[in-house]
Amino acid sequence: MGDTAHRRVIVRYTGRERVTHWVLAIAFVLAALSGLALFHPAFYWMSSLVGGGTWSRILHPFIGLVMTVSFVLLAMAVGRHNKIEERDWHWLRQMRSATSHDDPRLPEVGRYNGGQKILFYVLLVSMLLLLLSGIVIWRSYFSAYFPIGLIRLAAVVHALAGFVLVCSIIGHTYAAIFWVTGSMRAMTRGDVTPGWAWRHHRAWFRESIRATNSRTRTD
Amino acid sequence: MALQSLDILRRSATTTPSPGARGPATGEVAKLIDLSKCIGCKACQAACMEWNDLRDEIGTCAGVYDNPPDLTAQSWTVMRFTEYENPKGDLEWLIRKDGCMHCADPGCLKACPAPGAIVQYANGIVDFHEENCIGCGYCITGCPFDVPRISKRDNKAYKCTLCSDRVAVGLEPACIKACPTGALVFGTKEDMKHHAEGRVKDLQSRGFEQAGLYDPSGVGGTHVMYVLQHADQPQLYNDLPAEPRISAMVGAWKGFTKPLAVAGIALTALAALFHYLRVGPNDTTEEDEAAAARELEKNHG
Repeated sequence: MGDTAHRRVIVRYTGRERVTHWVLAIAFVLAALSGLALFHPAFYWMSSLVGGGTWSRILHPFIGLVMTVSFVLLAMAVGRHNKIEERDWHWLRQMRSATSHDDPRLPEVGRYNGGQKILFYVLLVSMLLLLLSGIVIWRSYFSAYFPIGLIRLAAVVHALAGFVLVCSIIGHTYAAIFWVTGSMRAMTRGDVTPGWAWRHHRAWFRESIRATNSRTRTD
Repeated sequence: MALQSLDILRRSATTTPSPGARGPATGEVAKLIDLSKCIGCKACQAACMEWNDLRDEIGTCAGVYDNPPDLTAQSWTVMRFTEYENPKGDLEWLIRKDGCMHCADPGCLKACPAPGAIVQYANGIVDFHEENCIGCGYCITGCPFDVPRISKRDNKAYKCTLCSDRVAVGLEPACIKACPTGALVFGTKEDMKHHAEGRVKDLQSRGFEQAGLYDPSGVGGTHVMYVLQHADQPQLYNDLPAEPRISAMVGAWKGFTKPLAVAGIALTALAALFHYLRVGPNDTTEEDEAAAARELEKNHG
């Protein structure tokens, strides 16, 4: 957004955070494709994208583990910014203003807005459920250790948590790529323009510029 | 395997009609196992191994007559021996030939995610087509009788085929041919029910008042049926389920929730698209940059 005119940028994600995020994103896409393939016959063709039905069955749990581990690493890096505060509830109550771009009616937003924080917890719970239920239904290694009733429950929980995760990531992807323009560079180059920070995360913008100059840099 | 590919009633993970041009004019088939006539000789087990070219690993004696101790990918039928002391204080040796029941409403087929890995023929036989099997084990999760087994050799699921290859060419299953006492009989489901009626009457006249046919309606009936001396207590026969049915969990997992979830995912994506079309992107403007620049200026003096 007018990069040349505003040469100063604000750092949002470190290199390590970006790499973790993209490992997570790739693992999610592969896990989602191989998982959806087994979820409904309408999606079975997706299994060919990971080498066929049998390869889906073999790879899916390992990809899921990569996804879970990278999510934990990313959560360790950004989790502390996701404590829900009073202004987040205010923001969530005013969500219609956010979705209709009536931004002035919204309270000032910190590093993450209320919606992003809710997403964080939805992902956290989904990942945890997917991990636990996934181990129970991992037939090659673990299912033999569990009673059939628990395996059946885990199959339902796994499908449900996977559904919630896929829907949440569709929303996340839409917001980051198409809706709130200027967000992608935060996760690709690591920084945002001051105007972007001022518009979408004003409280965080002010914290950032109050902090040492090392938080900002010039291109 | 695909000998009868024109008379398939149901096919796993398939939402369109299966090839159904042909149908057995004689109706559905069934195997009737009359436990009151079984002497536990295991000729059926040997015949199953021979016809199907199965050779299980030689195991160790677990202290009971069951040998092997459980169904495996190489042992599609196993005699289960129970020593039952009846209320009169007499010992009854209850021997049940365990294996696939060929349910009319098969839990394995409902759970299977691989198209065509499990088929149900119009004659009622439920068959695994291992070349389509991906080895996920969902069939085990879906089965109310704990029958399918995944092979350690190739990670495919196996179970009794009811000798679909023999039946397709007008032969009876191998186990039936081998049974020396007539405990195993094979024919149309109707004939087998009729035959069972006679057997049940005979048993009742001999003091087994609770004798009856095991053809559980919870799974729509089965194409392997038992004549039980104690039909009121199927669990006596090595935990044969009294009222087997596809678990409600499996129903929720594979039933109405699936199309709903697919619709949910599609609607989420469409909602995003229409939001973009109606509201458009939320761009950072020149004014935002200018306001930010002013604050930066102020801060750094």
